[in-house]
Amino acid sequence: MIVMGLAKEFRLAEAEVGKTYEVVRLEGFGAVRRRIMDMGLVPKTRVKLINVAPLGDPLDLEVKGFNLTIRKSEASTIIVKEVGQ
Amino acid sequence: MERRALQLAVKKFKVAIAGNPNVGKSTLFNGLTGGRAWVGNWPGVTVEKKVGRIRVDGRYLEIVDLPGIYGLTAYGVDELIARNFIVEENPDVVVNIANAANLERNLYLTVSLIEMGANVVVCLNMVDLATDQGYKVNSEKLSQMLGVPVIPTVAVEGRGIEELKKAVVEAAERREKPAGLVNYGSKVEGEIGRLSEIVEKDLELARKYNSRWVAIKLLEGDSDVEDKIKLSPLSREILDQAAEAREKLKSSLGRDLEGYIVEKRYEFVSQLVEECIGVLVRKPITLTDMVDYVVTHKVFGIPIMLTALYMAFKFAFDVAAPLCDLIDWFFGCLLYDLAATLPGLAGSLLADGIITGVGSILIFVPNLAFIFLFLALLEDVGYMARAAFVVDKIMHKLHLTGKSLLPLILGFGCNLPGIISTRAIEDENDRKTTALACPLISCSARLPVYLVIAGALFSAYVTGVVWSMYILGVIFALIMATLFRKLLFKGPSSGFIMELPPYMRPMLKSIGIKTWERLKRFLFKAGTVIFIGVVAVWLLSITGPGGYLGVEALGEATLLEQSWIGVIGHGLEKIFTPMGWGWQASAALFFGFIAKEIVVGAMAVLFGVSEEGLIGAVSGAFTPLTAYAYMAFVLLYLPCLATLAIIRGELGLKYALFTAVYEFILAYFVAFLIVGIGTLVGLGG
Ligand SMILES: Nc1nc2c(ncn2[C@@H]2O[C@H](COP(=O)(O)OP(=O)(O)O)[C@@H](O)[C@H]2O)c(=O)[nH]1
Ligand SMILES: [Mg+2]
Repeated sequence: MIVMGLAKEFRLAEAEVGKTYEVVRLEGFGAVRRRIMDMGLVPKTRVKLINVAPLGDPLDLEVKGFNLTIRKSEASTIIVKEVGQ
Repeated sequence: MERRALQLAVKKFKVAIAGNPNVGKSTLFNGLTGGRAWVGNWPGVTVEKKVGRIRVDGRYLEIVDLPGIYGLTAYGVDELIARNFIVEENPDVVVNIANAANLERNLYLTVSLIEMGANVVVCLNMVDLATDQGYKVNSEKLSQMLGVPVIPTVAVEGRGIEELKKAVVEAAERREKPAGLVNYGSKVEGEIGRLSEIVEKDLELARKYNSRWVAIKLLEGDSDVEDKIKLSPLSREILDQAAEAREKLKSSLGRDLEGYIVEKRYEFVSQLVEECIGVLVRKPITLTDMVDYVVTHKVFGIPIMLTALYMAFKFAFDVAAPLCDLIDWFFGCLLYDLAATLPGLAGSLLADGIITGVGSILIFVPNLAFIFLFLALLEDVGYMARAAFVVDKIMHKLHLTGKSLLPLILGFGCNLPGIISTRAIEDENDRKTTALACPLISCSARLPVYLVIAGALFSAYVTGVVWSMYILGVIFALIMATLFRKLLFKGPSSGFIMELPPYMRPMLKSIGIKTWERLKRFLFKAGTVIFIGVVAVWLLSITGPGGYLGVEALGEATLLEQSWIGVIGHGLEKIFTPMGWGWQASAALFFGFIAKEIVVGAMAVLFGVSEEGLIGAVSGAFTPLTAYAYMAFVLLYLPCLATLAIIRGELGLKYALFTAVYEFILAYFVAFLIVGIGTLVGLGG
């Protein structure tokens, strides 16, 4: 058994600008969930929060080498954990 | 006979172009077809469809530009259109454009297309950008791993287009379908095998669809494929087996199947990327990130956006103004006077009917051309996506999306480009809602009406009164949009899950084509309707219940009162009794239907005064209260003919009629309330 310092899991909506995370799993359902997955936000993928829109929503993420926008309400269905740089 | 033999000799192939948004589909489509295309809508929806025909090596290729898509699910309208076209119409080749500079997400679609059983040729576009960013894609390796041809191109420069054409024809002649690409692991593969075996027992299904694809989609729980299966005599057996397999796999994998399948597909894509992309240099901070830092800045983001749009606007109007004047002069004075020298009816038909009609269409063209030009520029550079990003939160509160903002803002200049630009909104519900609310925004053509009426009755407060009209327009547009989205075009928000494309150097050609396409749409879709409208009003003015009145009626108030227009004016006066507008003011509204600015000129004719004497006539005909109600009515009552024509072109006749009716009711209601409440609080008289 490999024991690691278990990284804390939380929602992508609570992420900090400039930090990189790894997708753990997706909650949510239906069209929006599928769209999120089709855009490449599947488990084990790395995401970096690049920026937040002036009014605090939506978010600008970097995923698989491109910039993806997503609303906080959708980001809160994505469970991530922090990864060291 | 001879002709038929000839036709048989020429092979025809159907080719579809599929790819993510912003990868260069339109550019490639134009490159392939030379810009000659038939543009319409997909049946039943307002999604654009483009078809073009070319000849390559003695074969005809019919090329269809599919909507930009990220995946092939049954959820999105665009994705369903693309998918159904590929399964039902069975194109000979699907050209999948992938962005070489963003390969990972793009290849996901490629893999999905191949899995569907499409005869795919990959067009690896934007290799110039990839090189700039320090990547090198090994297209031979990619082709080998995918089992389909991969042709590198730079669509904007036309590089690789000839090779692509050749590859398309070769693939069409070959017509082989690659086998399964992604390995979903033994458990899932076992179920896929079992399911597809049953599917293949129905020969009809097996002929039409790729059975492996059907099996995978059933495991994913795809509702559209399930509906297709329901038509099969074996539907019971297939669906039961699918449900059973899903249950079994869910417990043995310990997670949801749909997510598992997508993940596996992406795992395969990652492998492709790892083996086919060589990183030459790593660039730490891209220009895009730096520019984004500024234009989406917490404090400066929104002011920058407003300034950018305002400048685009102002510039478009300033540059276009002399051209508009020139057209106005050419039609309104030169040609008009020339035609008017012709005697009698013919001269009037030519001058007041045809020339005025054509003139009133062309007068829009310079403004529209420059607005479209700027839009295309901002779009191609990549700024539009940022503008939507910056305001999405506000718009989302109103049940719209950030992308609805631009059409509404454009509406201040002219409702036409506003409505046409709703094409950029992917969600059909959002698009319809925005297009229907847009005409409530006070366009520049309404300003002259406000100025004359406010000038006559609110001399000291003209600016404030005019401003209040603009604000009223915005308030009603937002209220109606919210209502429409909640009541008429229900359905969940499709979120704001989209790509912010990297900033790009604008390409003159691509901007030119985009501008011209939109302008052409206006000319053909709106032109005919406006023209017919103008001629109809002309006819109604020179004839009346008593028969033919003579063309003099157009310039004489007493004669005009006898015409059908006079009759309509008196009829409208009755409807407008609560508001206390005279028949002249009411009939002027009818003319305003052609274009709102005509209300002023029409009132002058109807009151029998020159435009200079109009202020006096108007101040005698209204009280401040009824005048204010009249202005609000002009703001809301009917979109002009051109706007209606464009709504018909974009959304269909049903929605054009709906817009006319709802706006009229809204306007009446608002004018009634203004007069009613005003009288109650003692402002009347
Ligand atoms: N650098 C570069 N830009 C391209 C290439 N192909 C298209 N573009 C640009 O990419 C943008 C999007 O192209 P467009 O054809 O509208 O994409 P569509 O959304 O897929 O139809 C436009 O600004 C094009 O000028 C290419 O090969 N290289
Ligand atoms: Mg396009």
